[in-house]
Amino acid sequence: MKIEVNTHSKNMMRLAEEHPEVVVMSADLGTSCEIKEFHDRFPERYFSMGIAEQNMCSWAAGLAREGFRPFLHTFSVFLYRRILDQLEMSVAYPNLPVVFVGFVPGITTPGGVSHQSTNDVGVLRTIPNLAIFDVGDATEIEGVLDMAYQYNGPVYIRMLRKEVPRFFPANEPIQFNHARVLSEGTDITLLSSSICTEEAMRATAALKEKGVSIQHLHVSTLKPFTDPQVVEACQKAKYGVITIENGTVIGGLGTAVAEVMAENGIGKKLIKVGLNDTYAHGASKMYLLKKYGMDAMTLIGAVEKLMGKKLDIAEHDLEEIRFEDFSAV
Amino acid sequence: MPDKKFTNEEIARAAHNVRKHILKIALERGGCYLTQACSSAEIVTALYMNILNIGPSLGNPDAQPFPGVPSATNMDYPKGSLYNGEHTPDRDRLFVSCCHYASVIYCALAECGRISQKAIDKFNVDGWNMEMIGAEHSPGFENTAGSLGQTVSIAAGTAHAYKMKGNTGRIFCMLSDGELEEGQDWECFQAASFYGLDNFIVYVDINGQQVEGWTKDVMNTEPLTERVKAFGWEVVTVDGHDIEALEKAAETPHAGKPLMVLCRTNPAQGIPLLESIVPKHFVRIPDKQRKEFEAFCEQM
Repeated sequence: MKIEVNTHSKNMMRLAEEHPEVVVMSADLGTSCEIKEFHDRFPERYFSMGIAEQNMCSWAAGLAREGFRPFLHTFSVFLYRRILDQLEMSVAYPNLPVVFVGFVPGITTPGGVSHQSTNDVGVLRTIPNLAIFDVGDATEIEGVLDMAYQYNGPVYIRMLRKEVPRFFPANEPIQFNHARVLSEGTDITLLSSSICTEEAMRATAALKEKGVSIQHLHVSTLKPFTDPQVVEACQKAKYGVITIENGTVIGGLGTAVAEVMAENGIGKKLIKVGLNDTYAHGASKMYLLKKYGMDAMTLIGAVEKLMGKKLDIAEHDLEEIRFEDFSAV
Repeated sequence: MPDKKFTNEEIARAAHNVRKHILKIALERGGCYLTQACSSAEIVTALYMNILNIGPSLGNPDAQPFPGVPSATNMDYPKGSLYNGEHTPDRDRLFVSCCHYASVIYCALAECGRISQKAIDKFNVDGWNMEMIGAEHSPGFENTAGSLGQTVSIAAGTAHAYKMKGNTGRIFCMLSDGELEEGQDWECFQAASFYGLDNFIVYVDINGQQVEGWTKDVMNTEPLTERVKAFGWEVVTVDGHDIEALEKAAETPHAGKPLMVLCRTNPAQGIPLLESIVPKHFVRIPDKQRKEFEAFCEQM
């Protein structure tokens, strides 16, 4: 599998070349959010706003009202938890095309609880007009800015940075409100997002070996959540549905799937894998995935539970992890 | 209507009428933001009738049914900014942060013919666009300002955009002093100075009161002149009831810097009966004084 480096940085510059009204705003984390090169190349379109996210958000609303397309860069946690009111009243209510490019989503940072956006999806799914995109690989990073640019309203992106694997073909870009089918099957339906899709892919490879048939969807649009593929996938699952996400299981992907199942009368069991109503702490991604039960082995346990049998899969049966860990805050 | 300038006598009369109109509303409807009308009547009327370089209203002079909240399928609803004239590069803009002053804005718009006097009948009436605390569909309002601290940043972002586009229009923002307790205002002051927004002018109604009492007792914000100057702004202080001083303040040279006009005001100005009631964020006319207030309103 190919590892791509600084994909967002290149993509942000490409978008800016194509659209002169695109501007970047930064709250002193530009170098941590892959926009140093943008700053060097487009200094007049890079606005340093200092460590003052509230003002950055409302200021962006003013720019957007005048036809600019601001792309706000900082850690995702500071773009929702710290400035929720500004996001709602300055941007979401008037439905302005401001893009919140949130880095180190969920537990992809060793920065600890203050840096981990673990309940962003649940919080932001309640906000009218806002779209939420959650990328899973380098191909999706390459397409997500165009998708955000085309969306008629504000967008929150859970962005990945630095070394990111390419799981999906470069010529099959991310699609709005359209999940990727990664495997077809009828025993279990599995829906995954963000970095947890790699965990899901590791699990499904081992499960296939054991003859378990899995319908696996990678979901990158978390709001709106009206992709008919989700309904079809949940309907065909013989034993039940599993979700896995990079954040709390309350309010996020798992909850969205539960709502769809209930609204469509799909009376099947659902296991939601993710942070189980807890904060995390500062440590490496792999350690956290394991400690908080968000990894491939947890998924295999969930499949065993739904199928009511042991599958005899051990950690060493799984593919080695390619996704580079994040070491920098 | 023509975008004519008014004389200071006409502005003073309009300010008086705004106070009278809002006192009448307070008497008829059980209460209103009356002390804010008293403190800001000259500021708002002077802005609309002299200071701002704005074009004729493009809004419907009559009150309109609430047009729905903004969304992907509802972006062409009539905006409150229509009443401040067409947005052209050379014209000014006004952002009102203290949007509980909505009644003052509406009455001032009526005084200068941007809405009809009859439209005020729909003030705070269910289902209409003239809410007690408006949003961006309400006459005179560019944005949704009820959460304090945000509008000054939105206005500054607009001023930043105007500078980048080379627009010569100025961006005005109106604040009230209690809001200056919000951190975001100071984040904005720091950034507006950093970006040298010399097309940005903020008028602050310093009526010295807020919900829980006098501002000095709730959370002191003084000395404002020194504080704002230290943030890199040009600052002038005026008597907020002196129309000529309010007008001259906008002409203060502020090369390379934003300008703040600190308007010292009296929340009982023009209605001395309020002296015994202030500080009062929302005035309900006391039963025992009702007759006095009614008599005062009659002779106003």
